[in-house]
Amino acid sequence: MYTEDDLLMLSALQHLLFCPRQCALIHLEQAWTENRFTAEGRVLHERVHTAGADSRCTVRVEYDMPLRSLRLGLSGRADIVEMHLQEDSSWLPFPVEYKRGRPKKDDTDRVQLCAQALCLEEMLDCTVPEGALYYGQKKRRTPVQFDDRLRRVTEEAAARLHELLSGTVTPAPEYSRRCESCSFIDTCLPRTAGKKNQVRNYMTRMTQS
Amino acid sequence: MKKHLNTLFVTTQGAYLAKEGETVAVRIEGKVRLRLPVHTLDGIVCFGNVGCSPFLLGFCGERNLTVSFLTEYGRFLARVQGPVSGNVILRREQYRRADDLDFSARMARAFINGKVANCRALLNRTVRDHGDRLDSEAVGDAANHLTGLLKSLGRDRPLDEVRGTEGDGAHVYFSVFDHLIIRNKEDFFFHRRSRRPPLDRVNCLLSFLYTLVMHDVRSALECTGLDPAVGFLHRDRPGRSGLALDMMEEFRPLADRLTLSLINRGQLQGKDFVVSEGGGVRMKDKARKTLLTAYQERKQDVLLHPFLEEKMPLGLFFHTQALLLARFLRGDLDGYPPVIWR
Ligand code: SF4
Repeated sequence: MYTEDDLLMLSALQHLLFCPRQCALIHLEQAWTENRFTAEGRVLHERVHTAGADSRCTVRVEYDMPLRSLRLGLSGRADIVEMHLQEDSSWLPFPVEYKRGRPKKDDTDRVQLCAQALCLEEMLDCTVPEGALYYGQKKRRTPVQFDDRLRRVTEEAAARLHELLSGTVTPAPEYSRRCESCSFIDTCLPRTAGKKNQVRNYMTRMTQS
Repeated sequence: MKKHLNTLFVTTQGAYLAKEGETVAVRIEGKVRLRLPVHTLDGIVCFGNVGCSPFLLGFCGERNLTVSFLTEYGRFLARVQGPVSGNVILRREQYRRADDLDFSARMARAFINGKVANCRALLNRTVRDHGDRLDSEAVGDAANHLTGLLKSLGRDRPLDEVRGTEGDGAHVYFSVFDHLIIRNKEDFFFHRRSRRPPLDRVNCLLSFLYTLVMHDVRSALECTGLDPAVGFLHRDRPGRSGLALDMMEEFRPLADRLTLSLINRGQLQGKDFVVSEGGGVRMKDKARKTLLTAYQERKQDVLLHPFLEEKMPLGLFFHTQALLLARFLRGDLDGYPPVIWR
């Protein structure tokens, strides 16, 4: 169990899964890039508009709902949590995340959604079996089952996140194709950082001739 | 990456800057003379009696835009800046390393290496371009002397010795600086550095340009989350921006080169300056404007960054160097690579 002081941002999970170095740049070094802020603002804006139409009387929609889990040590907000009315007249939470772009092959988005579900379970003392991701480019909902595998992956990611962010060390970069789509590429310098003797050679080349 | 944007220099006495929506409105005698969107700026520098509304200052702070106030003659007065960026781990690392004298000596070597190499490049280049119009032997000898100093800076040495080498280098370099002036020699000459006050026109230009570079270097350090006050070569002294002074070393020859080209192209004349009773020299309004415009234009020039091997506007080099320094302190690089031009 974590205390409230230890809670980390739920959204950091997606950064961790994309690239641990990116996660450290954002959350340890606080190296914001300008387009991050603007992008996040825009996402929220679009999301509120797309989901608003969807309230029927068996579904209540909660926007921007604060969440936390002391077990995982995470807190954050869910942009949309639908509350579905059950036959026994209880309300079952159903988290929905809006993502720009298209569905990803990896678990990144599913893990973030699952972490929201785990928070909801802990806060509302219930079981959340399912949620959905809404991809802007496909304009369609993809259902996500919170099965044992996904829960385990999410829990492990939360533990790794705590390990990474309790230290002070930013992991070295590993240059790969994803770097080209990473908004931190200019701060991270994946092609130069971490290489041995690079500055030493540069200095010799520039001054000793 | 942080984009290189314009700095707004306000030199009109009595001007007042206010926030109007997302723009800065420059009012002169109650009339709005200029409106600029804030997102096209990365700094505002006010010279002399220029006012600024608190709302504009707050807005600039929020946008990470530094507003500096200088006297009419370019002496720094004060600066308004938004919240310090939250990078406490980086700053603590900086303090820890600054306490380590061996590490500080290593950093100092890097900065001085950059400065001496760039001074040498300036000398060599002037000989190449104007060898027939100046004492190329004296200048060439000075350049060779600097080469010797670079050799000695290639090895580990204590901070005192690095400082000694820096002093030597500056002496040799400035001893031939007068040779680099090839036009208007009766008005523009250089005997030695004088700052308070500058005693000739060349010193007046140099001091003013160094202030501008200093402003840019300090903002860049702040944006990266480094503490501009805690330096390695320049040790702590209240009120002094040690790290900004450190990082400025490699950029000084840039200001020198700009000074020389303004003089040698005849863009500035003797009559653009006022010599006061005590011998102190000041620029007239027109000269100041010429200089600010030239500096501003220079910063837009796109050049190859020698270490990253990427092209970028010169104005962005300040930010890039601050970033590289931060990356070195965080352990991602095996040293700090100063910008070296050849
Ligand atoms: S540029 Fe590459 S290594 Fe660096 S943070 Fe982005 S993905 Fe990670």
